[in-house]
Amino acid sequence: MTTALQKVFDRPVSLKDVQTHFCPGCHHGTIHRLVAEALDHFAVQERTIGVASVGCSVFLYSYFDVDVVEAPHGRAPAVATGVKRVHPDKIIFTYQGDGDLAAIGTSEIIHAANRGEGMTVIFVNNTTYGMTGGQMAPTTLPQQKTSTSPYGRNVQSDGYPIRMAELLAALDGTAYSTRVAVNSPKNVLQAGKAIRRAFQYQVESQGFAFVEVLSACPTNWGMDPLKANERVGDEMIAYFQLGTFKDVAK
Amino acid sequence: MQKRLFVKGNEAVAMGAVEAGCRYYFGYPITPQSDIPEYMSRELPKLGGTFIQAESETASINMLLGASASGARAMTSSSSPGISLKQEGISYMAGSELPGLIVNISRSGPGLGGIDASQADYFQAVKGGGHGGYRLIVLAPNSVQEMYDLTVLAFDLSDRYRIPAMLLGDSVIGQMKEALVPHPYHPPADLPAKPWAVAGKLGRSDQRIVKSLYLGDGELEAHNWRLHEKYRQLREREVRFEAIVLEDADMIVTAFGSAARIAKTAVRMARESGLRVGLFRPITLFPFPEAALRQVTEGCKKVLCVELNAGQMVEDVRLSVDRDAEVRFYGRPPGAGSLPTPEELYAQIRKHYEA
Repeated sequence: MTTALQKVFDRPVSLKDVQTHFCPGCHHGTIHRLVAEALDHFAVQERTIGVASVGCSVFLYSYFDVDVVEAPHGRAPAVATGVKRVHPDKIIFTYQGDGDLAAIGTSEIIHAANRGEGMTVIFVNNTTYGMTGGQMAPTTLPQQKTSTSPYGRNVQSDGYPIRMAELLAALDGTAYSTRVAVNSPKNVLQAGKAIRRAFQYQVESQGFAFVEVLSACPTNWGMDPLKANERVGDEMIAYFQLGTFKDVAK
Repeated sequence: MQKRLFVKGNEAVAMGAVEAGCRYYFGYPITPQSDIPEYMSRELPKLGGTFIQAESETASINMLLGASASGARAMTSSSSPGISLKQEGISYMAGSELPGLIVNISRSGPGLGGIDASQADYFQAVKGGGHGGYRLIVLAPNSVQEMYDLTVLAFDLSDRYRIPAMLLGDSVIGQMKEALVPHPYHPPADLPAKPWAVAGKLGRSDQRIVKSLYLGDGELEAHNWRLHEKYRQLREREVRFEAIVLEDADMIVTAFGSAARIAKTAVRMARESGLRVGLFRPITLFPFPEAALRQVTEGCKKVLCVELNAGQMVEDVRLSVDRDAEVRFYGRPPGAGSLPTPEELYAQIRKHYEA
């Protein structure tokens, strides 16, 4: 007896069949896939509009097969607000890095959350500015060396890493706020669930949903991919605790 | 009989925008233009539209970017310091070829300056106020009626060319009340559709991307040449100006907006006292009426440019006039007490006319 071969794993249809420009060991590819899987899960690719930000993830439109607006640095939540108000029945997501969302765009993210804008925000926290070459980010850990904190981040003069998921959870307009990581198969599965839940909020028109994803930047950390993965698990999770800080529908 | 209303210039802007089909307004309060957001916050919800008082000028211009990228007629308004904050988003809109209306009811500066009428934002408005070398369509109303009419026109031009439009007024035009006939809006039959606007793919095979980043070899240069071709078309097709008693003029006064309003009275006074003086008023500041100004200044000895600033439009006037015409300037840096009276301008006209 013969058994017909069956394809059990494939590229999500919301992703294009192209190679990415990301560095070896970078987690953007994994996170892109999780977002695309969520769009596929809810079958909303055809009515999704992405808002790209400035940084390594600016080429969102090269990888996602959805309509995309490119926002100025940090302004994606404001751009997404304009898009959502014109298209209240569409699925709108922003995809932003830590410099974009937690430094230059702090005002936009806080107020979009506070208005309870019906959007899903994917926040990639890798404790550094990737695109510009590894400078200190608002999320850079204490003592972490970067190209603009060559002696290590000094909290006395540089301040402290910002915990965005907790900060946004404190706002009444936020419906869902969680922090996940993609450094292990278990965590990737958990991250996938969280991202799916964040889109479920929008599919069911239940408000602003935020997912912070701890991820690696091996190139700018000066590590190989495995070491970088270990750093996410050992150092980042110690400061940025995983967990769901708000889930109003639960 | 047509309906006549007695309204403020700022209200006329808001009424014109609503009439032109604008249903999305994003702004931040600042004097002397707050009548516009107040009107929109009251009227747009009744029409199923959206009014958002944004957390910042920066957020409001980016909300406009998002709404315009989605294909809607949308606007923001502010005054000089707020317009400075919007420049980042305006540059991105220009680079992304997005339409949209930005209203500047300008006030005096630099910095916090004051709230008096000012034309000191001319350079910022017409030369591309943000980074990267772009132009806006800039319209300069000089009456409450024009605040309404040019708002409507701004939406049409902006949609047609996919270039952001700026209505450049000031606190005089914004705050004064005059009669307004609110003409009903009929969209031009040839106004193009927006097949570029994001909407979700909805079964389309193509992906719509609104962006200003071009990294490929030669891409950005080609993109910029495309923008500049549109600026050329604007210069060719969309110039608007008003010319008053120029035929026999020995001297032509050039002025825009509220300065032109004062100059009009001064020119009439000059005519009544026998001076052969005319008035040339650019309505489109970009495209600037270069060719028209060159033509009307042929055989004219002098041109006197009058502005509510220390000299900005005068540079474009110098570049445009017939080479035999001598360009003079009169203006005062704006601030409390510096708005010239018609008598003051008349005295200047007489002085420059005679010497």
